Amino acid sequence: MAIPSEIPTTFLLGRLDWHAIPQDPIVWATGVVVAIGGAGLLWILHKYRLWSYLWNEWFTSVDHKKIGIMYIVLALIMFVRGFADAIMMRLQQAIAFNGSEGYLNAHHYDQIFSAHGVIMIFFVAMPFVTGLMNYVVPLQIGARDVSFPFLNNFSFWMTVGGAVLTMMSLFVGEFAQTGWLAFPPLSGLGYSPYVGVDYYIWGLQVAGVGTTLSGINLLVTIIKMRAPGMTMMRMPIFTWTSLCTNILIVASFPVLTATLVLLTLDRYVGTNFFTNDLGGNAMMYVNLIWIWGHPEVYILILPLFGVYSEVVATFTGKRLFGYTSMVYATVCITILSYLVWLHHFFTMGSGASVNSFFGITTMIISVPTGAKIFNWLFTMYRSRIRFELPMMWTVAFMLTFVIGGMTGVLLAVPPADFVLHNSLFLIAHFHNVIIGGVLFGLFAAVYYWWPKAFGFRLDPWWGKVSFWFWVVGFWVAFAPLYVLGLMGVTRRMRVFDDPSLQIWFIIAAFGAVLIAIGIAAMFIQFGVSIMRRDQLRDETGDPWNGRTLEWATSSPPPAYNFAFTPVSHGLDTWWDMKRFGQTRPRAAYVPIHMPKNTGAGVIIAGFATVCGFALVWYIWWLAALSFAGVVIASILHTFNYARDYHIPAAEVRATEEARDRQLASAGA
Amino acid sequence: MSTVTQQAPGDFWEVEPHHHHEGASTSIGFWVYLMSDCLMFAILFATFGVLGASYAAGPGPKDLFDLELVALNTAFLLLSSITYGFAMLAMVKNNKNGTLGWLAVTLVFGLAFLGVELYEFNHLIHLGAGPQRSAFLSSFFALVGTHGLHVAFGCLWLVTLMIQVSQRGLIPANRRRLSCLSMFWHFLDVIWIGVFTFVYLLGMI
Repeated sequence: MAIPSEIPTTFLLGRLDWHAIPQDPIVWATGVVVAIGGAGLLWILHKYRLWSYLWNEWFTSVDHKKIGIMYIVLALIMFVRGFADAIMMRLQQAIAFNGSEGYLNAHHYDQIFSAHGVIMIFFVAMPFVTGLMNYVVPLQIGARDVSFPFLNNFSFWMTVGGAVLTMMSLFVGEFAQTGWLAFPPLSGLGYSPYVGVDYYIWGLQVAGVGTTLSGINLLVTIIKMRAPGMTMMRMPIFTWTSLCTNILIVASFPVLTATLVLLTLDRYVGTNFFTNDLGGNAMMYVNLIWIWGHPEVYILILPLFGVYSEVVATFTGKRLFGYTSMVYATVCITILSYLVWLHHFFTMGSGASVNSFFGITTMIISVPTGAKIFNWLFTMYRSRIRFELPMMWTVAFMLTFVIGGMTGVLLAVPPADFVLHNSLFLIAHFHNVIIGGVLFGLFAAVYYWWPKAFGFRLDPWWGKVSFWFWVVGFWVAFAPLYVLGLMGVTRRMRVFDDPSLQIWFIIAAFGAVLIAIGIAAMFIQFGVSIMRRDQLRDETGDPWNGRTLEWATSSPPPAYNFAFTPVSHGLDTWWDMKRFGQTRPRAAYVPIHMPKNTGAGVIIAGFATVCGFALVWYIWWLAALSFAGVVIASILHTFNYARDYHIPAAEVRATEEARDRQLASAGA
Repeated sequence: MSTVTQQAPGDFWEVEPHHHHEGASTSIGFWVYLMSDCLMFAILFATFGVLGASYAAGPGPKDLFDLELVALNTAFLLLSSITYGFAMLAMVKNNKNGTLGWLAVTLVFGLAFLGVELYEFNHLIHLGAGPQRSAFLSSFFALVGTHGLHVAFGCLWLVTLMIQVSQRGLIPANRRRLSCLSMFWHFLDVIWIGVFTFVYLLGMI
């Protein structure tokens, strides 16, 4: 794209003018496809009059279950975008040999690898994990909603706002060309003068507010809203890992926010935090961002450790081996995750002692993780494992993640890291743990809890197709990167001189195609399952013979989750209920106190998103106006004191009696 | 597996309506929020700690800070914390007008603090010691400015609450909000003590 060296700024539109439309046929084609798809979607919504349904039942909903589902829908949409970036990179690297420039120019390619990382971490993994916690945690602890239902809705819409800004950068302007963490001085105004880094900053800041607030919300929910009798050491493991994840969110996202604020000041005000001159220190940024960044990887993986624990216990029909050690391992990881950040830049040159300290802490953190692996293995040992899909994903995870963990320990050795730093070996390592750990766990979780959310199971055949293509595709795509990394190939390269490397990149690209088939199979699985939902119906609410409280209610659960509050007498409360022949009580139903839906979250987050856009483009009047909109809408929201209502007893009775009939017809 | 011969350890369902204390989670939630905010300040303090001596051949603290003015400002903020405490005491005694009166006094002190801070900033910029001059000044303005921004939002919140208390009185929801703002206000005081000590006093040594 031709960016004028001097960017003219007007009062009305700031930096925004016709130059903002990328001069790139690939982007145009994408734009046309998105526009046609979007128009089609709008047309369908209009034709079937779905607007008021969406607005009333979903967008303004404060029900943790619906918000959880919306988070996961957002994650899946962004996943398609992030994967499109991935496959474009694999194609570029597979063909850019022997003098070929490939098909992506440097400006475009650099945006793609930055956007891929940002989208996959912030707008796929984070919302996916948050959505899962939102959906499952209140059910597992026997609560009717989260502690702050409005805040939950608002957090979701802020995350959407960040995603919108990031997506917008594709068609209006550009995205950062700095890599996913935007290190200065490259991300400073001198080297990134146009809007790319600004999109990055405001996209992450808007979404970051949502993440922090949802972290506070879920943390308080787990502390305050547990069912009577559910002491900390009786919480399901997924709830435990969610608790630790939300502690990490609350204790690390403010670091990201503050760091990005400082970068913003450097870019907008001309301060000298991370500049090359006037006393600035770029390595400060690298330290600060990794003080957030390392806990972040545990934010992503811990809930999935919880998922695997639930899956293993359920599909072996046994109580989890070593529950207590699992809890302590999780807590250890939570604490240790703050003591390893420097291993991301051993090459900074902080000296042998500092590097040794961080190398050793990094190796220590693999100990509790190893303990978890053994706990799962001992749970499976001599049990009758049902190899349903979640269990398959769990086994694939254990095999894959152990390899990824071991390459991580290799990288934790500072002298080895000096050789492998920023090489494709690193890329292979973290995809090994993030795909093999986080994504596999999310797929297990989707299959495991889908019947709870929608009342019917997913089609296992297409699930298995997806599983095999994913697992094989992952190894075909990333094993070559280990090889290339050991040969010294660095990350983020667009063209290559050495023709002997090409074969590895072609194999990797083939692996990416296999993964693409795996993804397609997953979406086909959703479609097929929705069409065949009557055959796949789950009438019992407990399709897997589960152990924890979410299986004690119907599938999908009523808005109030539980008509009566469950009481816990030990671990695996629902398992105990079944063991002691406890059925749902037949007492007199009472009205249930619930929070009311509100559009305030959409409105405030909408203003915040507009404000972010205006700041990206230096449209100061719009930024001021929309910021005032955020403040005024927030204040007006606090003047609304009537935020709750009661579900009448008659409605509760009708719902529960329908549930009785459903259970009777299921023969339970 | 054992059969169903064991006795159930007790009831598994609470059939009596479960009464959740209204807003029971608000104060712990707000505490957690404050701790996350505290972490933002921790980063700004750390930044000042690293960059606070990078004057880039420009002015340093001794050239710039007027301790008497800052002491006056500190007094404003500390006094505002005390008057907020009086507002809370009046709230406990169900004295609506007393609460509103002390809130108004708190607001005046808060605005006085902001006024002095803006004067100080303006003075520094006028001297050519703006945030662009050196990393020291960048981190100074970021830390002190962020605190000031918090006080400004605290004032806005205070006004909002005064309107809400005068409209609806000291209802439980408003009491909850007043205690949240109280925690926020005292929190800003604690942060300011850190700023006063580490930035101003240590800078003048």
